[in-house]
Amino acid sequence: MAIDVDGKSYETDEEGYLVNISDWVPGVAEVMAKEDDLELTDDHWEILNFLREYYEEYQIAPAVRVLTKAVGKKLGKEKGNSKYLYSLFPYGPGKQACRYAGLPKPTGCI
Amino acid sequence: MAKADFEVPELKKHIEVPRVEEGTMAHLSPYVAKPDHQNGVGYPEELVENWHEKTLQAMDDVRKKYRSFQVYLDACVKCGSCTDKCHYFLGTGDPKNMPVGRQDLLRKVYRRYFTLPGKYFPKLVGAEDLTRETLDDWYSYYHQCSQCRRCSVFCPYGIDTAEISMAAREILDRVGYGQKYCNEIIAKVHKIGNNLGLPGPALLDTLEGLEEDVFDETGVEVKFPLDQEGADILLVTPSADFFAEPHVDGLMGYGKVFHEAGVSWTLSTTASEAANFGMFIGSYENMRRISLRVRQAAKELGVKRIVFGECGHAWRVAYSFLNTLAGPFDFLDPKYPVPQHICEFTYDLIRKGKLNLDKSANDEMVLTFHDSCNVARASRMGDQPGGQFTIPREVIKASCNHYVDMHHDTIHEKTFCCGGGGGLLTDDLMEIRVKGAKPRMTALQNVIQENGVTHMAAICAICKSQFSKMLPFYGMEMDQIVSVHQLVSNAIILTGQKTDEDAEENATEEA
Repeated sequence: MAIDVDGKSYETDEEGYLVNISDWVPGVAEVMAKEDDLELTDDHWEILNFLREYYEEYQIAPAVRVLTKAVGKKLGKEKGNSKYLYSLFPYGPGKQACRYAGLPKPTGCI
Repeated sequence: MAKADFEVPELKKHIEVPRVEEGTMAHLSPYVAKPDHQNGVGYPEELVENWHEKTLQAMDDVRKKYRSFQVYLDACVKCGSCTDKCHYFLGTGDPKNMPVGRQDLLRKVYRRYFTLPGKYFPKLVGAEDLTRETLDDWYSYYHQCSQCRRCSVFCPYGIDTAEISMAAREILDRVGYGQKYCNEIIAKVHKIGNNLGLPGPALLDTLEGLEEDVFDETGVEVKFPLDQEGADILLVTPSADFFAEPHVDGLMGYGKVFHEAGVSWTLSTTASEAANFGMFIGSYENMRRISLRVRQAAKELGVKRIVFGECGHAWRVAYSFLNTLAGPFDFLDPKYPVPQHICEFTYDLIRKGKLNLDKSANDEMVLTFHDSCNVARASRMGDQPGGQFTIPREVIKASCNHYVDMHHDTIHEKTFCCGGGGGLLTDDLMEIRVKGAKPRMTALQNVIQENGVTHMAAICAICKSQFSKMLPFYGMEMDQIVSVHQLVSNAIILTGQKTDEDAEENATEEA
């Protein structure tokens, strides 16, 4: 499977995650979101950028609590919870947002 | 909530037995493991060319290795007791999701090649040839079984479909037809130490965050130590406890309980997973390798005790098999059970009056408890029969004022699986997860409507994740599922903790 971004093809796995994380460009997130009928706003990008920064440092997506805390610190306490994250990414911040950000799918009992 | 491309069952007042409809779930199979996932767990990379011969060879090995497997295949008299006991059958009406139907998928091949009447008069005894389609059928329907063992409670011969399902998956793995979800995860545990693939630095960062959070909330420095040599207790908990909600709220509860007990404890980077998916795929070798990590960490850190966090099948493996797989644990303190469940640990402190619990902290909730299948039907807690039912409930009741049980046919040893156990907690199996959750959702909805229940507590990482996904499908809220130790965490007043009264006093003084 693959997605097309600005005329270039990016390989994805059967669940729609990028095969090569280093391939990622912002257009990947835009195209994936469009397929889900979702328009990415600055609020979405705050999350996606954080995910990518965290991944770069730790080679794993942040735990939900790490993510909500970071969001709370940056955007205000009322946004520092999973309800807010689900309002942005209805399929779940861990899975949907990670996919848009080019991160591998989190695995396990989650 | 994610959109469903299948029909979500409608909840009725009672759990009704559906009309039988053949093949309703034949379309559903999970993603097949990739070569590197298969490699990581020691199986062929893809379906081997001589799969026919290898499948029969594997079946022969398994029946010789596990006498129970052959007894189960021989003993069924088709009495029908199990037919309406599986949550997946109740949710789908597919006869291959009846426990006997599921067993028969293997049984007919076993009869054909390993029994005298099956060899000579196959049609008379329901024996069938092994074909390529048989393997696909196995792959599909043995991944629609959560190995919860509810059917075995009702079987007069005690046939355990879970063991048959595990054997089927082992046979499939051995011919190179493994499941992506389980095998990718097991390979991660071997490589990194946990199901998530959470490396040490990320774990440390997460735990430091929790220390900050507990301090902000209570004003008490509760530590979440990692790799601390010489600690008394090694806590082995599902990695979902570090990562997901409401799991992490439970982990904060364990930390507070250890702190209040005044014991030294530690987590381990290398044994940062309680779960043991080796059991799900019926692989003794993988189960053993995962268990040995716990032994090794306990030895290296020099602990005296091992405590397991809230994880269903982990507790089955720990309680029933750990000593065989990774024992003897003669280097641990013999005064304590090896291993001990966190609920036993907390309950013991409650009985001794060592925890200060303010039940009113959970007054906005009316609680019920979901017995997780592997804890309920494959283990025990404490020193009394049925301790696995009473102890978690006693811990909950000591932490809240409002508790109600669900219908008696849906709890204790008759509990219904959450629908996501046994290696099914993956998005590609969402349809069977949703349909299989129906019986539990029915029982929950009844206590919500009749008794004003607001939240359901559980002691299993899979149950918690599954329910937080399932509740919205059935018109409920994802945060209506909570961890048992989350309730403890809410109620516990730590020594020296700042209370609301202190805050009010401070406010008055400042004014």
